Amino acid sequence: MAELKELLKEQIIDVLNLEDITVADIQDNDPLFGEGLGLDSIDALELIVLLDKEYGIKLADPKQGKEIFSSIQTLAQFVEQNRTK
Amino acid sequence: MRSAYIQESVIISPLGFDTAQNFKQLQAGNSALRKTTLSASLGETVVAQLDEEALNNHFQALGVESFGSRMEKMSLAALMPIIQQRPITANSLLILSTTKGNIQALADQDIQGSFIPAMAKRIADYFAFQQEPLVISNACVSGLMALSVAKRFIQMEQVSDVYIIAVDELTPFVLSGFQSFQALSPENCRPYDQDRQGVNLGEAAVACYVSSVKEADSIRIAGDANINDANHISGPSRTGEGLYLSIQKALQEANLKAEDIDYVLAHGTATRYNDDMEAIAFHRAGLANCPTTSLKGYYGHTLGAAGLLEAVITAECLRRQFVLASLGYAHPGTTEPMHIQQETLAKEIKTALKTASGFAGTNTALILTTD
Amino acid sequence: MYYISQYIQLQAGTVLFNGNPFFQSEHSEFKGFAKELYQKLELQYPKFYKMDNLCKLAFLASEIILQGNQESDVALLFSNQEASLGSDLQHQAHIQDPEQYYPSPAVFVYTLPNISIGEVSIRHQFKSESMFLLADAYPSTYLLPYTQYLLASGKAKKVLCGWFRMQDDNYEACCYLVEKEGPIAHETQTIE
Repeated sequence: MAELKELLKEQIIDVLNLEDITVADIQDNDPLFGEGLGLDSIDALELIVLLDKEYGIKLADPKQGKEIFSSIQTLAQFVEQNRTK
Repeated sequence: MRSAYIQESVIISPLGFDTAQNFKQLQAGNSALRKTTLSASLGETVVAQLDEEALNNHFQALGVESFGSRMEKMSLAALMPIIQQRPITANSLLILSTTKGNIQALADQDIQGSFIPAMAKRIADYFAFQQEPLVISNACVSGLMALSVAKRFIQMEQVSDVYIIAVDELTPFVLSGFQSFQALSPENCRPYDQDRQGVNLGEAAVACYVSSVKEADSIRIAGDANINDANHISGPSRTGEGLYLSIQKALQEANLKAEDIDYVLAHGTATRYNDDMEAIAFHRAGLANCPTTSLKGYYGHTLGAAGLLEAVITAECLRRQFVLASLGYAHPGTTEPMHIQQETLAKEIKTALKTASGFAGTNTALILTTD
Repeated sequence: MYYISQYIQLQAGTVLFNGNPFFQSEHSEFKGFAKELYQKLELQYPKFYKMDNLCKLAFLASEIILQGNQESDVALLFSNQEASLGSDLQHQAHIQDPEQYYPSPAVFVYTLPNISIGEVSIRHQFKSESMFLLADAYPSTYLLPYTQYLLASGKAKKVLCGWFRMQDDNYEACCYLVEKEGPIAHETQTIE
């Protein structure tokens, strides 16, 4: 799980072009949207693509994303339970 | 200052190959939207697609079947009947409006083929325009902005008259993008309805003639504005600021008030946020009770063609004294109340507002009148 | 009569502002140049990194030319030849192979040239007139009278005109700000 969280942080920084942010800057329970990393609606859609491409998870309902993407902790849990690759 | 008038138009769409045919289909309540599978990757989508056989026959009848790309042929087919009636002069301007031009060329690694100024030049040369074509690529407001710009160039007396072509086609390029935005509706779109699920895409080529001479069927462009939201590059503004300001400025120029507007032909893409944004802007502008129609339920969203397509239909509504039902609407479902036109019927209308909004926070409002 | 109050040229790692050297990058290729210039301007605007190259170019040029600008009614008239070609090619690459079909929303959103207008409008809070034109060369024949019209009709208080070339690694930005006062007359010879 710890390894997955690190990997997810790297992938998020990479696909969302968060140049000024490093893996060490993202805490597992920090909110990803709003106050935290300040991600927006396009970022949310991009994370849905990331889940599909890297983990074979298809998120049909964008509303589902709200809880899943609330922090690295929730995201990693979701990926672990649902990944198909 | 001179006035600018919308004269003849030609619409090449799945609902017909001239404006009269198109209007007849709208009056009959017919939609061009169908379930189609354009590619395995895209899967099934609901789109408004031109019938290839009918289109090719039409190209042959006009003698343009061997000219350039499909989109260029569509452009010629739209403009040719107008130029036959209205010969161009040394001072005529051609405006081309498109969001993506021949973007399909990229799928074949043909980068040069995708360049839009070259496409505009080929079309301009075909008709022997002497002035360089002016090409507007301003997302989903392009077609309406083209009318706004045409009006301004006529007012400045820079040109004698303006021929506009607004065109975009249905491509995997654009469909895949809207799909990745999760913005596509799996059913026929339902602008402003509580159960709306998103947009459908369509394709069309529209041509229109704009001049400074008032004729029997002329529709005057009384005011116009193109104001940006300065809020978000893809998400509609939560306050509808850019659209609201565009409407205010257009009204001001036309020397009119909200209560003078008899009919609104809005953008109405049927995405949740766009329609809410419009509802807020119209409410702020005092237009919440004005009959409002979106044409997306008939044509889908034809992107760079949509603004001109819908504006020339607005002009037809004013000429024929008709309002059109907003197809797909049944139950109110926007954050501010709106008066959505639910029936197609004859009605006395003198002044109409046409609006469009698009990616990058761009908005255009145009006021059209019969006087 | 209207005047050009400021103008800027960015090309091959060099920035000339009002004709004077403003910045020289160690990098001539766009990526390195853009990042270095961003850092030199000491900006705190993380959205910058999300932009495509066309938007970065327009953003940086606007950032410099609008230093000290207090007016918010500034119309933006941007133009180029290739539209959003860089992002178009990226998006096409994401959908070309059915086996590796992953269209990216963050790329697709930049497949319209006028997104550059949106980015600059957001940054400077310009709720103003704007337009993106495509042409083989800078369309001065149209932009000169159109700029005058916007100013004379009161549709804008100032107009920022720009040409933003972004093809392969060939980049070039030429921008000028037109208003009521300034050192250079706004006429065909000066804008070409």
